[in-house]
Amino acid sequence: MLEVKNLHVKVGKHEILKGVNLKVNAGEVHSIMGPNGSGKSTLAQVLAGRETYEVTAGEVTYDGRNLLEMAPEDRAREGLFMAFQYPVEIAGVSSAYFLKAALNAIRKHRGLEELDAMDFLALVKEKIKLLATDERLLNRAVNEGFSGGEKKRNEIFQMAVLEPRLAILDETDSGLDIDALKIVANGVNALRSPGGAVIVVTHYQRILNYIIPDYVHVLVDGRIIKSGGKELALELEAKGYASFEAEARAGAPAKT
Amino acid sequence: MTTATTAIEALANREYQYGFVTEIEADAAPRGLNEDIIRLISAKKREPAWMLAWRLKAYRYWATLEKAQGEPKWANIHYGPIDYQGIVYYSAPKPKQALNSLEEVDPELLKTFEKLGIPLEEQKRFTGVAVDAVFDSVSVATTFKEKLAELGIIFCAFSEAVQKHPELVRKYMGSVVPYTDNFFATLNAAVFTDGSFVYVPKGVRCPMELSTYFRINAADTGQFERTLIIAEPGSYVSYLEGCTAPKRDQNQLHAAVVELIALDDAEIKYSTIQNWYPGDKEGKGGIYNFVTKRGKALGRNAKISWTQVETGAAITWKYPGVILQGDHSIGEFYSVALTNNYQQADTGTKMIHIGKNTKSTIVAKGISAGHGQNTYRGLVKIGKGAVGARNYTQCDSLLLGDRCGAHTFPYIEVKTASAQMEHEASTSKIGEDQIFYCTQRGLTKEDAVNLIVNGFCKRVFRELPMEFAVEAQKLLSVSLEGSVG
Repeated sequence: MLEVKNLHVKVGKHEILKGVNLKVNAGEVHSIMGPNGSGKSTLAQVLAGRETYEVTAGEVTYDGRNLLEMAPEDRAREGLFMAFQYPVEIAGVSSAYFLKAALNAIRKHRGLEELDAMDFLALVKEKIKLLATDERLLNRAVNEGFSGGEKKRNEIFQMAVLEPRLAILDETDSGLDIDALKIVANGVNALRSPGGAVIVVTHYQRILNYIIPDYVHVLVDGRIIKSGGKELALELEAKGYASFEAEARAGAPAKT
Repeated sequence: MTTATTAIEALANREYQYGFVTEIEADAAPRGLNEDIIRLISAKKREPAWMLAWRLKAYRYWATLEKAQGEPKWANIHYGPIDYQGIVYYSAPKPKQALNSLEEVDPELLKTFEKLGIPLEEQKRFTGVAVDAVFDSVSVATTFKEKLAELGIIFCAFSEAVQKHPELVRKYMGSVVPYTDNFFATLNAAVFTDGSFVYVPKGVRCPMELSTYFRINAADTGQFERTLIIAEPGSYVSYLEGCTAPKRDQNQLHAAVVELIALDDAEIKYSTIQNWYPGDKEGKGGIYNFVTKRGKALGRNAKISWTQVETGAAITWKYPGVILQGDHSIGEFYSVALTNNYQQADTGTKMIHIGKNTKSTIVAKGISAGHGQNTYRGLVKIGKGAVGARNYTQCDSLLLGDRCGAHTFPYIEVKTASAQMEHEASTSKIGEDQIFYCTQRGLTKEDAVNLIVNGFCKRVFRELPMEFAVEAQKLLSVSLEGSVG
């Protein structure tokens, strides 16, 4: 579904990603873990199409198409969703209006009929239960005055409504208490399907207790230095990133 | 450089869709301004002597102003000299016979208004709105007149009111905006040609929106309309004006005066959707919009509310205000002003509190894109006797790109210790992060900007009559088109 080959990315003069390789198949859940400043969020945002980053080398294909040539909205319409680390506030625009506009843009692209207000509301109410979210949130302006946890839950709620095929969670777990974490994990697990894939970008192993990944990748200094199964996350938690870095520097072969 | 900025820099303005010219034979006065021209205008309108005398008084005063200091210079706007002798002050489509019914209106004119989305044939109008259509210097048609007359409501061209209701015109004309008020209001008093007149009798709630549509067509012509609305005790009226003009390379002058009078327990709601030709993307051409609008909440519990959406004109200079004379009277001002390309707007309001426990609300939203310069200028004045007066002001600016400007000049004068004043202001930029958030959800950049701008203006749009709120949103998106790539 997604294939990243030798991806190099710069912001200004700084090279952040220094040759990332990643292959995600339909039905899989991947976790990308790494310390602060390792390039995790950059990878997520480049995949989603943020244009502040400059791709200097490498390629990314999504369903066989060159992802890097697609506009962010086209990626979204083709089923790529990113849950933001810092969801953005839009004053005066209700969450419901925003989400309906997004959903209909995606539906239109897929040749589906646009939903009217009634059908949309029915859909939304069903999804909102899933996330144990307050219905009143829909009438509030997008992310405005939301607590940190509400913002993150709102991202997962949007994801549930938009039903992406590839969901990228950019540190969705940061700042969540354990109850919210479980709710978010439930939302993600509900999305797991043979046709869909999820990339969970995180600092901590904690969320992986609830979203069990098929693969774990360790990203350090712009490179994936080690990949493995779900047990790698535990190993990482126990040993810390430093030992992996040392191992990588010592030239130990990274498992793939 | 972020993409949003580069995208915003890719300015490619969409064509102004109302820029067409109607080919119609006009009966026009020669260029220039002198007493003979004023006599000519007055004669063309077959005005009574008192009207001519008032015009001449205004003209003579204006001539002294022009000689002394010319136009007011305090506004934050820049433009070349206006040649007052190069303007045509009267232009009317021929033939200019008195019209008895809509069927007699020149089909070319009907077509023009149809093209502007203002069908004048009553059966085609969505019910609930009566329209007075003003083309250059004259009112060409007023719909639903008879239906309104059944309730005693007068809705007609200003020139018709001068003929048919001289007692009302004489009583109220100039009572809110005297002919000495300011340079442009004085000019208007001398040369005004047409406009709308509304009178709502005691206790009557006007059942439909009243609307005037102003269209400048002829070249080198100024439009100087004058509108007067009188709401008798306990009455209510909602009035809307819209305006467009053809695309021309020369700047054209529009200097209007609007006076509102609300008596005890009366309410006037006045909404404007201003879409004069703004000039091209290099800043060539466009309307100079110098307008004086003021309401007098004369009676106890009277309420006057201004809502304006200003998206057109090369220069906008207007401060719709309310004189809160009656005790417990209320004044409101809700404004969205958008400047794109090289447009300049210096706009705001004046709330003059005189009566006790008077209350005013100001919500002003300025949006600047391209090289647009947007200034909010507002005066809140609480007089000595205005015990318990309250004002709430909120003025917010939104910037798109990095070559536009937003400026705020709030003036507050309080002479009563018991007054309560609140002032909130903010300036924000549409962030690259906001746009990315929207595009990541499947919206295009343009949709993202429209969404963000509409959210920003929501508080004001809520005040517009429903049909027009939708129009205003569309207008805003068209006016912003090309400001993001």
